[in-house]
Amino acid sequence: MLIRLLSYAHQYKKYTVAAMLCVMAEAVFELIIPLLMADIVDVGVANGDTRFIFQRGALMVVCAVLALILGIGSSRFSAVCGQGLGAELRKEEYRKLQGFSFSNIDHFRTSSLITRMTSDVTNIQNAVSSGMRPFCRSPIMLVMAVGSSFYINPGLAVVFFVAAPLLGILLFLIIRKVQPQYGKMQQAIDLVNRIIQENLTAIRVVKAYVKGDYETEKFRQVNENLQSISEKSFRTAALNMPAMQYVMYATILCILWFGGGMIQAGDMQVGELTGFLSYVLQVLNSLMMISNVFLMLSRSLASGARILEVIDEKVDLTDEQAEDRQVTEGSVTFDHVWFKYKKDAKEYVLSDISFHIEAGQTVGIIGQTGSAKTTLIQLIPRLYEATRGQVLVDGVPVEKYPMKHLRDAIAVVLQKNTLFSGTVKDNLKWGKADATDEEIQEACRIACVDEFIGRLENGYDTQLGQGGVNVSGGQKQRLCIARAILKHPKVLILDDSTSAVDTATEAKLRRGLAEKLPDMTRIIIAQRITSVQEADQILVLDDGKIHGIGTHDQLLETDEIYRDIYESQQKGSLEEAKEVAE
Amino acid sequence: MANARDMNYKRPKDTRKTLWKLLRYLGGHKWLLLVVAVLVFISSGANILGTYLVKPVINNYILPGDAAGLTRMLIFMALMYGAGATATYGYTQLMVHTSQQVVKEIRQDLFAHIQKLPLSYFDTHSHGELMSRFTNDVDTVQEALNNSFTLVIQSFLTLAGTMTMLCVLSLRLTLIVVVFLVLMFLMIQYNSKRGKAYFRKQQECLGSINGFVEEMVAGQKVEKVFNHEEADFEEFCKRNEALRQAATRALTYSGMTVPTVVSLSYVNYAVSACAGGLFVMGGLMDLGGLASYLVYVRQSAMPVNQFTMQLNFLLSALSGAERIFDLMEVEPEIDEGKTVLCNVKREPDGTLRETGSYTGDFAWKMPDGELRLLRGDVRFDRVVFGYNTSKRILNGISLYAKPGQKIAFVGSTGAGKTTIINLINRFYEIQSGTITYDGIDIRQIRKDDLRRSLSMVIQDTHLFTGTIADNIRYGRPDATDREVEEAARIANADSFIRRLPEGYDTMLHSDGSNLSQGQRQLLAIARAAIAHCPVLILDEATSSIDTRTEKLIEKGMDALMENRTVFVIAHRLSTVRNAKAILVLEHGEIIERGDHEELLAQKGRYYQLYTGMMELE
Repeated sequence: MLIRLLSYAHQYKKYTVAAMLCVMAEAVFELIIPLLMADIVDVGVANGDTRFIFQRGALMVVCAVLALILGIGSSRFSAVCGQGLGAELRKEEYRKLQGFSFSNIDHFRTSSLITRMTSDVTNIQNAVSSGMRPFCRSPIMLVMAVGSSFYINPGLAVVFFVAAPLLGILLFLIIRKVQPQYGKMQQAIDLVNRIIQENLTAIRVVKAYVKGDYETEKFRQVNENLQSISEKSFRTAALNMPAMQYVMYATILCILWFGGGMIQAGDMQVGELTGFLSYVLQVLNSLMMISNVFLMLSRSLASGARILEVIDEKVDLTDEQAEDRQVTEGSVTFDHVWFKYKKDAKEYVLSDISFHIEAGQTVGIIGQTGSAKTTLIQLIPRLYEATRGQVLVDGVPVEKYPMKHLRDAIAVVLQKNTLFSGTVKDNLKWGKADATDEEIQEACRIACVDEFIGRLENGYDTQLGQGGVNVSGGQKQRLCIARAILKHPKVLILDDSTSAVDTATEAKLRRGLAEKLPDMTRIIIAQRITSVQEADQILVLDDGKIHGIGTHDQLLETDEIYRDIYESQQKGSLEEAKEVAE
Repeated sequence: MANARDMNYKRPKDTRKTLWKLLRYLGGHKWLLLVVAVLVFISSGANILGTYLVKPVINNYILPGDAAGLTRMLIFMALMYGAGATATYGYTQLMVHTSQQVVKEIRQDLFAHIQKLPLSYFDTHSHGELMSRFTNDVDTVQEALNNSFTLVIQSFLTLAGTMTMLCVLSLRLTLIVVVFLVLMFLMIQYNSKRGKAYFRKQQECLGSINGFVEEMVAGQKVEKVFNHEEADFEEFCKRNEALRQAATRALTYSGMTVPTVVSLSYVNYAVSACAGGLFVMGGLMDLGGLASYLVYVRQSAMPVNQFTMQLNFLLSALSGAERIFDLMEVEPEIDEGKTVLCNVKREPDGTLRETGSYTGDFAWKMPDGELRLLRGDVRFDRVVFGYNTSKRILNGISLYAKPGQKIAFVGSTGAGKTTIINLINRFYEIQSGTITYDGIDIRQIRKDDLRRSLSMVIQDTHLFTGTIADNIRYGRPDATDREVEEAARIANADSFIRRLPEGYDTMLHSDGSNLSQGQRQLLAIARAAIAHCPVLILDEATSSIDTRTEKLIEKGMDALMENRTVFVIAHRLSTVRNAKAILVLEHGEIIERGDHEELLAQKGRYYQLYTGMMELE
């Protein structure tokens, strides 16, 4: 897994190698400099040789400057490759995320995806940027010091054969315990993130119901959960340091004891013992550094696993079966379509839906709340895939089109539509990135946006907040329609997209569509009979099944649900009209 | 807090201030931290003393061959080392505990503070960016507390000790060391300053990526429908690249400090050695003295090195903390009202008595103790409002809702209907004019109590992760199961809920995405119904509900509206027909008012709207 993660840094390979070389060279200097120092005192000062002292002093300054350059190089290069790796990982994740179907997203949840793209990546970045130095340095130090101590006294060096494995075992135990804890910690962060996200999205509800304290309490629970889990994991990790110290100190004592014996037996010199001790300290220090690196690694591996989960997630909807073709006409056919959101769900949301829409027709869809109208139309641009049966556009199954071409040709104005932060124009240009001002104005005239655009602070350049909070519900809907029209689609689907638009404006909008874009197939989901009355055919949905298909007049004759709806909307108005007439 | 308010919107770039605030959080655990400091002292003391003891052990016991003495000495050292390592265990564990507590408190305070911010703040700040402060910024503080805090204490302790030894050995030579230490600190300070600006940038970029991803995932359907993946990916890459550059620069600057300080310490050593050599030859110092002096010079560099290695953690923690405290300093909603809401019992003689339990009657308790029955009398007097000062949405609106009346707002989109409702519950502050509620200026009423007296169903329905019953109960947490079902029946949600596999216990995820828009609205109505508030506000509450279902709800709604003041916004005129007063809004002004018949007879805008519908039918 580590190798896979690091492979994302391949374009920064140069820097990685450079960083490693710099660190190693720096370590060598660090070993040379103390030798020079010793010379100054032992040779220069002892002999009273001023020239020698200054010579060595100058040499040291030169070495220091070289070490400085190498040090700066290593920090620069390791920063470049650490951050580069992080940036590549984020990019890869985001790219993958874009291909996710909604069930993929549901699998992870938005808040978790965000954590995986920021906090988890940061963990890996930190490990690379700050782990590089000890990772490259410590082994060198270790080898040099172990070599030197064997050179001094191989017998005493046997102590390492006890101390090093002991340290290894302790480290292994700590890491084995801490690794799963780190994973849980990231999950706890997900949960904290989710509560915050939900709170922010629904802040109006929270305020309207005076639920600030309740929400704070809810947050306290996840917050304490995160605290206890991270305390647990960091505590385990913190065991590393005292464990190292116990071993280190025990080693020193052993060496003093056995070394003392050897000196008394005449097998060793006093100078050798002190030298040996200083090497021992260096060895143990390096081991401690290495163990720290391992701890950091185990944390980033926990994060890495989460990142790879995102990258390896199997995307539900792919272009596998696609052939290179475009939508040319805009006819839509449902051929015995069954659908459910989850494979293991018992009941189907849509059952046995069949109908045909000619290119250029206007079709209305009407039905009770929860009768799966929205679900039905989302199958056309392949936001979801039919469980059984086929959805065909121009007589070709939708999965045979590349998704890009299919969705280019089919514009959907979603019921729960979203505007993004940016100017009005930016949002409109979603429909067509290179739209000219004339095109934009034309689309806005059809969608009746021009009525209010002049009243916005800066017209087309007005900044919209996240979710378009500073325009009203009806204005938002009209902007979304204009955005869809700009695409010049073959099929336009309006999913209850005029619910907040007043009737007069809606009528104008519908007339505009019919006059300016007569060849476009239009599918309209609506609550008001008036919105669909003039359609070429109307589908009446009930509980995921087609209850009736026909024109307004036919359905009034044959379909009792349609008649019911019609009357519920008609009655009041008729009475009123009579009253007024009287 | 008054002080904080003055600082509003001004960024506290002042590092000292940020540090001070962080220390205030740490101050809450000062006894634990004191223990930590003592343990750090013991632990590093044992380490240093151990090194120091090696020489006497060799000279006094090993060389003379004093086995008993050596054993004694080693046992003493073992005890000391044991104590040292145990102290290490103690302080590392305690420090983890303390830092996690501190971090938890910061997150908790931050969340509580966010709950108090005015809506206008949320309108202008992206959600993901705010989330980033809880995770990415708080993380930096946590990282620093976990790793660096004890190391910093240790460094300062060692430095102080070494400096004392140096001064004892040679005051004059120490001057050289002091000069170099000052140089090192100047370097650290210079690099920190430059590095910190980039760390701040790094945290900002991280926040902006968080915000971008959150917004894009939330709007993913739109992205897909418009094939907008490429453009968004480009935008993402732009932000990603900005983050990469800022972070690389930040780390380069802070990372540069380590080798700089190390090299300076070598130069320091060389200069000291040369000067010392001259001293010895001049007879100012003996050779042994110089040798041990140089050992300490070398040691004096260690704590400084250790400190600089923590620099990147410390700097990013500082910039993270800065962003956290920035948010905490944003001015909360103004709430100076003193009038509160209470349950009352009506005595037979007409006087009111305050009670603790729910009676169905509410009263306003004024600051002077006077009780005024809550009737739901809402008046607007020449109210002027705009979301920002340059653009007015409402131009001097005056209106009057009699208690128990149903008031409807109609008008074309963007006329200011939702805005009026947002002013009644003081989501936003008006610019001039007054709004009174039962004769009390709403600014005199405590905000929570004002909102508690109003049930709202807002245009965008939001549901929370939890069961359906939980979501309905959001209106009143102590409602019984029976009351929940009752409310669901009023909203006609009962029948669809029962058809769900787990009924009222069905879990809702990510804002109720497994329900249709209409079903979500039904739940929102049930949520308002259970709250039992004297005033009800319905903002396009039934816009996604089909007319047949709406008819079914109507009866429940009528019961709900009985004896309540109700404000209704609807574009569907059938919904507003039976309102006592209908106000027609146009461009932020009331252009017509009256009941349905009167308005039709006027043949004005309402007539147009209404007959517009007729004509189409």
